[in-house]
Amino acid sequence: MTESLSLAAEAAGVLDAQPDRPGGGSPRSRRVNALRDAMMRSLVPVLLALVAGGVLLLVLGDNPFAFYGNIWQYGISQGSWEDSAMRAAPLLLIAVGLIVVFRANIWNLGYDGQFLLGAALITGVAPHLERLPNALSLVILFAVAMAAGGAWTIIPALLKARYQTNEIITTLMMSFIGIGVANILVKGPFQDPTVNIPQTRVIPFDHMLPPIPGTRIHAGVLVALGVALLAHYVLTRTSFGLRLHVLGANPRAAAHMGVDVRGLIVRAFLISGALVGAAAAADILGVWGYVRANWNPAYGDTVIPFVFLARLNPLAVIPFIIFFAVLSTGGDLAAAQANLSTDFLLVLVALILLFMTVIEFLGRRRDLGGSYLTPGLRAALRQPLVRRRAGAASSNEASR
Amino acid sequence: MNDQPVPQSARSEPAELAAASDQTPAVELLGIGKSFPGVVANDDISLVLRRGEVHCLLGENGAGKSTLMAILAGMQQPDSGRIRVAGEDVRISSPRAALALGIGTVYQHSTLIGALSVIENLLLGDSRALRLDVAGARQRLAEFSAILGVQVDPDTRARDLALGGQQQVEIIKALWRGSRVLILDEPTSMLTPQAVHELQSVLERLTQHGLAVVFITHKLHEAVALGDRISVLRAGRLTGAIDREQIKASTPEQLEAAIVRLMFGDALDTDEEIAELQLGVEGHRRTRQADAEVALSLEHAHARGDGSQPGIEDVSLTLHLGEVLGIAGVDGNGQRALAEVISGQRRLTHGEIRFLGAPVGSLSIAAREKLGLRYVTDDRLGEGIVGAMPVSLNLVLKRIGQAPYWRHGRIRRDAIDRDARALVERFDIRTPGIHARAATLSGGNIQKVLLARELSFDAKVVAFHKPTYGLDVRTTRTVRRMIGELRNGRAALVISTDLDELLEVSDRIAVLSRGRIVGEVENGPGAAEQVGRLMISDVSLGAAPLPEPLAGRV
Repeated sequence: MTESLSLAAEAAGVLDAQPDRPGGGSPRSRRVNALRDAMMRSLVPVLLALVAGGVLLLVLGDNPFAFYGNIWQYGISQGSWEDSAMRAAPLLLIAVGLIVVFRANIWNLGYDGQFLLGAALITGVAPHLERLPNALSLVILFAVAMAAGGAWTIIPALLKARYQTNEIITTLMMSFIGIGVANILVKGPFQDPTVNIPQTRVIPFDHMLPPIPGTRIHAGVLVALGVALLAHYVLTRTSFGLRLHVLGANPRAAAHMGVDVRGLIVRAFLISGALVGAAAAADILGVWGYVRANWNPAYGDTVIPFVFLARLNPLAVIPFIIFFAVLSTGGDLAAAQANLSTDFLLVLVALILLFMTVIEFLGRRRDLGGSYLTPGLRAALRQPLVRRRAGAASSNEASR
Repeated sequence: MNDQPVPQSARSEPAELAAASDQTPAVELLGIGKSFPGVVANDDISLVLRRGEVHCLLGENGAGKSTLMAILAGMQQPDSGRIRVAGEDVRISSPRAALALGIGTVYQHSTLIGALSVIENLLLGDSRALRLDVAGARQRLAEFSAILGVQVDPDTRARDLALGGQQQVEIIKALWRGSRVLILDEPTSMLTPQAVHELQSVLERLTQHGLAVVFITHKLHEAVALGDRISVLRAGRLTGAIDREQIKASTPEQLEAAIVRLMFGDALDTDEEIAELQLGVEGHRRTRQADAEVALSLEHAHARGDGSQPGIEDVSLTLHLGEVLGIAGVDGNGQRALAEVISGQRRLTHGEIRFLGAPVGSLSIAAREKLGLRYVTDDRLGEGIVGAMPVSLNLVLKRIGQAPYWRHGRIRRDAIDRDARALVERFDIRTPGIHARAATLSGGNIQKVLLARELSFDAKVVAFHKPTYGLDVRTTRTVRRMIGELRNGRAALVISTDLDELLEVSDRIAVLSRGRIVGEVENGPGAAEQVGRLMISDVSLGAAPLPEPLAGRV
């Protein structure tokens, strides 16, 4: 019991100091408090979004209970949980890849380009490996995708390390280029000559990721879970994790302490890109087997709110990813039955983001434990709020 | 009140400044209480601010001065107590509300935007109006300049002003919307002696115009020189007040002794200790043995500056074991570059640095730290600590990945906590616990965290950059004592803009001017005058552009 409590409290607090609050009491009760606050901050936005989504469904003339019931039915029961689990694998790998850099206050937003390049290269390289043993070809293909994802971050990484160029802009630009290059590859060199539609050759089933015995779930899900566990260990227990944390919390202090800031930025970027590439490998080799031109699942966009809900913690993000995987697997069918566009799921994600913002704002005033945001981002976001609040208060004062 | 858009009021308010002789106190703070987790910052404090007076608020770091003023400035809400402005009960819910009530604040650190001109900075406060009344603002600035008796060029960029000039603009900004009460938070900590003098005359003019000024400081002599009334805070309580009559009736020495007693109370055992605090410790200087080993030497060191800060050129220095070498100079003459070249944060473009005989100029920061070459930075909050992390981690941050705190790359929290507890004890760091966030400590205790980190783990040579800047009397004394203790087989390089400090701690003093060493003086009788001459001699040549801090004033 204490063990699981301390683990959860760790998930909530990571390396940050314990929140100072009056009557902190014993370490144990402080842990319980930290856990409660973490739950509050993490679950409330999700619940509120589901409620608001339900109201929206009512307005649209649908029965929210039927809709959410269908999500449950198509996302979890009767073996559909296996589809959800497989959907979770790339999402989780991308989430962990983002957490690694976000912790260092580096914003890798080029995940779409990194993902699609990795995916395209896998389908291009796979046909040449068909004579190799399956295990070896899988390892090579994972390595290819990870190298592609990592390589696509090098330019933003070097620019940021050397000239402090804003990586949000450079990664986004590289992402557009990466998507374009991936499409050129799919329509050009990797095009399957036997079909008329622009898509790559389909990887034979026996060269894809093997299923876990007794299920349809491919082994990539286990890889993703293992990566999340490993990432959590590295980020919270190792010197590399602490260096990333220092860089994120105070880059000037990092330089002062003798951290090799430039090298660290490049390494963090490479790891992030490689994990996004691994997500592509897990998805292509586990589920799709080919890439079609203009295919872009944009997993990263849907993952970002959950990364912040989990407060950049690789363990805490797992349940959120599972939640979203169920929502999207079941939601596709549920939306079709309710005569809604599948984009309704994005509305739910947007609602989660909206309520996160609300809770963040209220939490500032009520001291609800730690924030979702890194200190630098928090300071930047808080500024306009503070000013507005100050303005409102003084106009009250004046009207009296 | 006073919430009209500015253009209409622009002409009337400065004139209004002249007409105030009401006997109602400008502000009354009654029984103010404010607690933070683990700390009672203000405990039942009552204070009356009168028009036409400079009210000095004196106390050690952490005594509650800043909290009290943050309450008055609307940044914090009191837990208990009342605030009356001009005789009426008010609630100051925000900084803007404080401004609307006529309470303006000048913070310790500049809030001006460097890239904008003076007039643009002042117009920022009027951002609610759709169209900016630039002409009106210029006229208003001229009026304020006349009232303050200063020259302010409206079109200079804020970053090009000397610190004293920036502060004048800050004062005008605080008064811009017609404030009748001016709070100055540690206004002299960044200033040169001349600028302090100018500030003094500005304050005199303001009180003549009937403003109430609150002057927060922890420097005794400033309080005695400037205050019409002095209130002393200790550990969140008001321990005493000295009024006008008493100030007039006593000599400065008597006043200082009385204040020291109020500030430190029973904690001081003897009169000698009080006298010591008042005068500063006379260093226990020893003549160094002539054959002492060279601890640190710079040989024709060159390094680039950054932004407006100069680098260093052809600096050669020798520091022996058992010696304290002071580096004097006006701020902004290459001090930061010199310090960072020694720590390894800045690369040498030419020359070499030797540490105990071995060249270290190309070694990394971490490697130098490991050898025992340490640097106590002046920018404690900006780079010295990671505020969001606990004190315990901050104490070992320069040893990330090293045994015994990391083994096989894995952190060993028990080892860190054990040693952190020992260091907290040894360096007397006042913290709620070793896991408290470092940012929650007071300035003096943050400096102690830095000292604990840099002086431990086999330190051999320590470079200090402004080691006591912004610290209270007692911590200052502790820090200077620790510097002196390094004579015991180790060595210290002290870069400071405070000449008194250097005269107190150093064996020799070298003078840095525009990035060059312009002379070296053996400490002793007459050293102050020699150093002073060296500090200004290079400037008066006039051949090259003036260093920035002086340029703004000429």
